[in-house]
Amino acid sequence: MLELKNVTKTIAGVDHIRDVSLTLRHGSLNVLLGPTLSGKTSLMRLMAGLDKPSSGSIVFDGVDVTGVPVQKRNIAMVYQQFINYPVMTVYENIASPLRVAGVDAAKIDSEVKRAAQLLKLTPYLDRMPLNLSGGQQQRTALARAIVKNAGLVLLDEPLANLDYKLREELRAELPRLFAEAGTIFVYATTEPHEALLLGGNTATLSEGRVTQFGPTVEVFRRPVDLITARTFSDPPLNTIVLRKHGPDFVIEEGVSLPAPAEFASLPDGSYTIGFHPHHLALHRSSPAAVPISAKVTITEITGSESFVHLDFADVRWVMLSHGIRAFEPDETIEIFIDPRHLMVFDAAGRSVAAPARIAA
Amino acid sequence: MARIELDRIRHAYMPHPRSDADYALREVHHTFEDGGAYALLGPSGCGKTTLLNIISGLIHASHGRLLFDGHDVTRLSTQERNIAQVFQFPVIYDTMTVYDNLAFPLRNRGVPEVEVDRKVRETLEMIDLADWARRKARGLTADQKQKISLGRGLVRSDVNAILFDEPLTVIDPHMKWVLRSQLKQLHRRFGFTMVYVTHDQTEALTFADRVVVMYDGQIVQIGTPAELFERPRHTFVGYFIGSPGMNVMPVEVEGATARLGGHVIALPGALDTAASGTLELGIRPEYVRLGVEGMPVTIRKIEDIGRHKVVRAHLEGREIAAIVGEDEEVPAEPRVRFDPAGINLYEDSWRVGMGA
Repeated sequence: MLELKNVTKTIAGVDHIRDVSLTLRHGSLNVLLGPTLSGKTSLMRLMAGLDKPSSGSIVFDGVDVTGVPVQKRNIAMVYQQFINYPVMTVYENIASPLRVAGVDAAKIDSEVKRAAQLLKLTPYLDRMPLNLSGGQQQRTALARAIVKNAGLVLLDEPLANLDYKLREELRAELPRLFAEAGTIFVYATTEPHEALLLGGNTATLSEGRVTQFGPTVEVFRRPVDLITARTFSDPPLNTIVLRKHGPDFVIEEGVSLPAPAEFASLPDGSYTIGFHPHHLALHRSSPAAVPISAKVTITEITGSESFVHLDFADVRWVMLSHGIRAFEPDETIEIFIDPRHLMVFDAAGRSVAAPARIAA
Repeated sequence: MARIELDRIRHAYMPHPRSDADYALREVHHTFEDGGAYALLGPSGCGKTTLLNIISGLIHASHGRLLFDGHDVTRLSTQERNIAQVFQFPVIYDTMTVYDNLAFPLRNRGVPEVEVDRKVRETLEMIDLADWARRKARGLTADQKQKISLGRGLVRSDVNAILFDEPLTVIDPHMKWVLRSQLKQLHRRFGFTMVYVTHDQTEALTFADRVVVMYDGQIVQIGTPAELFERPRHTFVGYFIGSPGMNVMPVEVEGATARLGGHVIALPGALDTAASGTLELGIRPEYVRLGVEGMPVTIRKIEDIGRHKVVRAHLEGREIAAIVGEDEEVPAEPRVRFDPAGINLYEDSWRVGMGA
């Protein structure tokens, strides 16, 4: 397993990675989720040994590898930009790490063919990479990472430059490919949806810190703080600051929600509540749901769903609704919030209780 | 703004094209109406960027004519066509202020400074960068730089059209939501003719009034998001739009029923005309009902993606996807039914009508 212990990376006085501790097991898929510049690539470079931490240590299968350069470790990396050897055929590109390792020709042949089959590259083995589509080029890079049989595979937004349909297909295959190999698989993305589709574990990153690490769906459903909840919501998380007063969450004069039972013991005071766009509804989904009026700013329709952007009090929310909801801008509509779906955060942004009802 | 007519446009990158396969763009004959918001959607290599570049004048089509409001512009340069363009990566002057970046295309055309100031201020408000007007563009974030690019596309009201080539690809997911809804609001307010190229279905469907789906150098369907979702004209549209895409399976049709292996599926109606080709039934995962009634399936995998679950199963030995709600249970002995409202039939990949 790969252990990062209190790893910090400072460059020219600026913290790029702050006190990160993580344990990643063999055969596991680990997603690093966060926006641009949150530290995903910096963290991967540290894991790979491309950079040395300013403090803390990195241990691989019990051996301290802090500062051991990447060449001396068995690591495969795949980047957003497709990187292949342009003068070699696809076959030779995939074979290259095995040739370097001095594997015999028969073994190379069987390994290359197996990887090519997994990644649907068999018809293209004699082609040059630049004569292939972007998806095929990236599959070549992935095949090379697979045959290398590395203990650690780092994928830095590997599908970002591909058509989304191709991404969908590769995303479905990737976890299986690497799980079979028993590899530690680390995958960086900016997209919450991609993390959910990949499954496995997710570490959410913000400003160089890992804010939470756990099973992906668990982190999505029970974020420990507001930053994690925001990082892991697409469309953006709906939030509002309100006051707890006795049994009620008071949003504004005359509008309040009954605080769900699990929040009953919270002291009165100011809290931020957060909820996902699909938890705003046009109909009362449960007796506890509370109606509120909001003004439509714009509606986006995808054919199966509608994203209704709403102004409520002084905040902007998004409601994700099934079917086609062609509301006009400035129209005032009645929507329902079900208090059972609320996440509640204290003034410091820490989760004070998660909705217990939703099983992970 | 202008109405854009594509009159039998074809394009080949090679000198002497012979067959259809030699054309990057096979015949396109279509009109973009004045004030419409259109998206060109398709996989890489489908011809969407070629089509956009033909409209902008970066490429001159090998066949056909292009008309803006009835005037033939086929031979005109990009500049003479008077259009604004926004590209995937920010195109801005780092050493200029945000304000001057926006003023540049206007000053270039000799617009009086009073008018420049009015337009620039209005655009700064639109893209929410008013507080940054006096800052140098250098040192701004990628999001902010791309907003300036968008602003430069929007600052001139005298252009014939605004063309966008994957403008949000480099933008983080959260900012995409903001910029997308701003673009849509701008379109509603100012009625620009906009053509937007993307491979991202969410971007295309949410931005455009009408989406042009392209595949293999051809337009396979032009429709509203609802039409593309409910009545895909071609199985490719069913596959490309929707996540996961439409389930497609070979069937035999008899009257108003379809036979799939040992099962009989009720259709919304009988075929309008007798079919002679290969028949397939298409049904989107959103219309596959998972429960204790219907055709038995074997569950292969359940993907919990937060707001709903994607259930991947085998039906009669074929892969099928179904979408079930966040709180719905998957039964121990699962079966599926097809909601007739979501059933389409395809003959040789093209949709065939079913009378009511």
